[in-house]
Amino acid sequence: MKPKFLPIAVGATMAVGYAGSALAATEIQWWHAMGGKLGEKVVEIAEGFNASQSDYKVTPVYKGNYTETMTAAIAAFRAKQQPHIVQVFEVGTASMMAAKGAIYPVYQMMADAGEAFDPKDYLASVTGYYTDTDGNMLSMPFNSSTPVLYYNKTAFEKAGIAGPPTTWPEVEAAAKKAQAAGYPCGFTTGWQSWVQIENFSAWHNLSIGTKANGFAGSDTEFVFNSPDHVKHIGQLAEWQKSKVFDYGGRRSESAPKFYGQECVMYMNSSAAYAGVKANAKEFEFGVSALPHWADVGSAPQNTIIGGATLWVLQGHDAEDYKAAAKFFSYLSSAEVQADWHQFTGYLPITTAAYELTASQGFYEKNPGTDVAIQQMTGKAPTENSKGLRFGNFVQIRDIINEELEAIWGGSKSAQEGLDDAVSRGNALLRKFEAATGG
Amino acid sequence: MEKRVVFSKLGLPILLVAPQIVITLVFFIWPASQALYQSLLLEDAFGLKSQFVWLDNFIALFSDPHYLNSFARTVVFSAATAGLSLGVALFLAAMADRVLKGATAYRTLIVWPYAVAPAVAGVLWFFMFNPSIGILAYLLKGLGYDWNHYLDGTDAMMLVILAASWKQVSYNFLFFLAGLQAIPRSLVEAAAIDGARPFKRFWTIVFPLLSPTAFFLLVVNIVYAFFDTFGIVHATTSGGPAQSTTILVYKVFNDGFIGLDLGGSAAQSVVLMAVVITLTVFQFRYIERKVAY
Repeated sequence: MKPKFLPIAVGATMAVGYAGSALAATEIQWWHAMGGKLGEKVVEIAEGFNASQSDYKVTPVYKGNYTETMTAAIAAFRAKQQPHIVQVFEVGTASMMAAKGAIYPVYQMMADAGEAFDPKDYLASVTGYYTDTDGNMLSMPFNSSTPVLYYNKTAFEKAGIAGPPTTWPEVEAAAKKAQAAGYPCGFTTGWQSWVQIENFSAWHNLSIGTKANGFAGSDTEFVFNSPDHVKHIGQLAEWQKSKVFDYGGRRSESAPKFYGQECVMYMNSSAAYAGVKANAKEFEFGVSALPHWADVGSAPQNTIIGGATLWVLQGHDAEDYKAAAKFFSYLSSAEVQADWHQFTGYLPITTAAYELTASQGFYEKNPGTDVAIQQMTGKAPTENSKGLRFGNFVQIRDIINEELEAIWGGSKSAQEGLDDAVSRGNALLRKFEAATGG
Repeated sequence: MEKRVVFSKLGLPILLVAPQIVITLVFFIWPASQALYQSLLLEDAFGLKSQFVWLDNFIALFSDPHYLNSFARTVVFSAATAGLSLGVALFLAAMADRVLKGATAYRTLIVWPYAVAPAVAGVLWFFMFNPSIGILAYLLKGLGYDWNHYLDGTDAMMLVILAASWKQVSYNFLFFLAGLQAIPRSLVEAAAIDGARPFKRFWTIVFPLLSPTAFFLLVVNIVYAFFDTFGIVHATTSGGPAQSTTILVYKVFNDGFIGLDLGGSAAQSVVLMAVVITLTVFQFRYIERKVAY
């Protein structure tokens, strides 16, 4: 197929258009945010689907990181050039859900296309995040992860630490032993808002915001400046001074601290497993559950997910949506999911994929890879640990990052920083409420 | 017959200026007016719901102490970036002007960084100064300075200033060098015969003759620092730690393209546009008087 260019006239205002010829198979576009090895895997999945039948063709297009992909899809929607399927990260969920005329809810699309679909096949702790108040699944879970604790086994042996810490006081003790053995820092964290605020809250069964963390309505307000939160963040700030904790950046920039054996513990997504495995060359590492405070809330509860789901956008032909529905069925089949889960460290999204992986003996061969699943599914989720649904949350995470950095740097106390984060966050929640009409 | 210096018909002159006018309309007037209109709206990300809110976006901006703080930071950042890149470029140009052997090689090497995209420049400096793995951070540690731009706002500001000015030095260097080479040798030589020392010659003869170039570069550099540097900030510090490198243009980019708050972001870009227009007018009215063409 060659694009045929219309003659271009003089003048910058002329639009360039090209006409495409009709294809035999119905082709749909899938915009995703998976780079590197993960991106290759995405292409493999699409090719697998295309080879499995001849009526439909899925074309994956890499659009940059999560924010870039979401922004690109929204800009494309405004210009009426939207893809059929777009991968959106979990903090964009509230924005997508509020865009009622723009999205095609997955449960509805599956029903319209006559495709078999049972939400009960999926892990409740994953789908809960993407389900509306009536129990309908609005998007298709794809890559979900949850934070876990990685620790340097070799360093632990050298420093005489018995095993991975399960509580925060044990983390402190382990860090101090490691420091005495010559390691400069105890632990560091990736994605501080996600791990140390959002998941800290769920893990201890504490609210992040009112209205069931925003699930019950967009007139929610943040409450993560409670005494328990202040205690945790204040303790981290205290530890920053002695490098028991050492801050290393907003996303995963702190990883080299763990790889380079500067810090002996590292809290980040279970999907960082592949990266840790590839980079931990000079030492053995282990994976363990996130630590908790024994005296706070009813810890350990369960942790919440991060990662992304696939949203379907409105504005295409019914035949295209049939293709999307068929593709989703393929994507959530046990074989495809189990392979994806084992390759990436993301959670299996269906019970069948988990069971298949277990029966293949994967968890025995790769100890630690099931920590995330147990952490997520150990207890039935409560109102506080089902997930969160806040509008403008991309910007609010930036605010939380800024205030936490002020706390680590010592220019604000934990109480001041969290109070400011809550009041600035609430202002953005109100703005979202006004913009989307409640 | 006398020669006429005006066009006899209207057609040709209009045709000649038309491309420039069309470009200005399409690439400046139209987007600027869109921004102006957008700044009065409150919209959801998809553009499904849109409300006209008058000046609410501006009121929200100016009642936010964090926004007001970022003005001060932007002034520090822009002054330092423009000052550093102009100073270094002038020094290098003055040196390169006197080089006899291998002058082309020197010039080519100095011009190279200009071809680097802002985000790439940011990543480059980010790696060199990375507290865990960066070579420069390691050397600084050896000198007893614990560099950590993740925690220390001053370190972070220095990092973005360095990255932003490094990229701009090449551009300034080119213009300064051309300006220096246009200065007649005889003037400098005459001063030398009169006994003026190199520094005196530079300060009383070369620099005044260079002032048109310097003025032009000052305007260009200020505009660069105000508008073009969000890529560098994005790649190095993301505005952190704790907003210490959130300059105005980065906030426009971040709120608009990351946060999808189009109204708020448009309001900020209107404010930024007003600031730069004012600055440029000021420069032309007050500093240009000191320029000898």
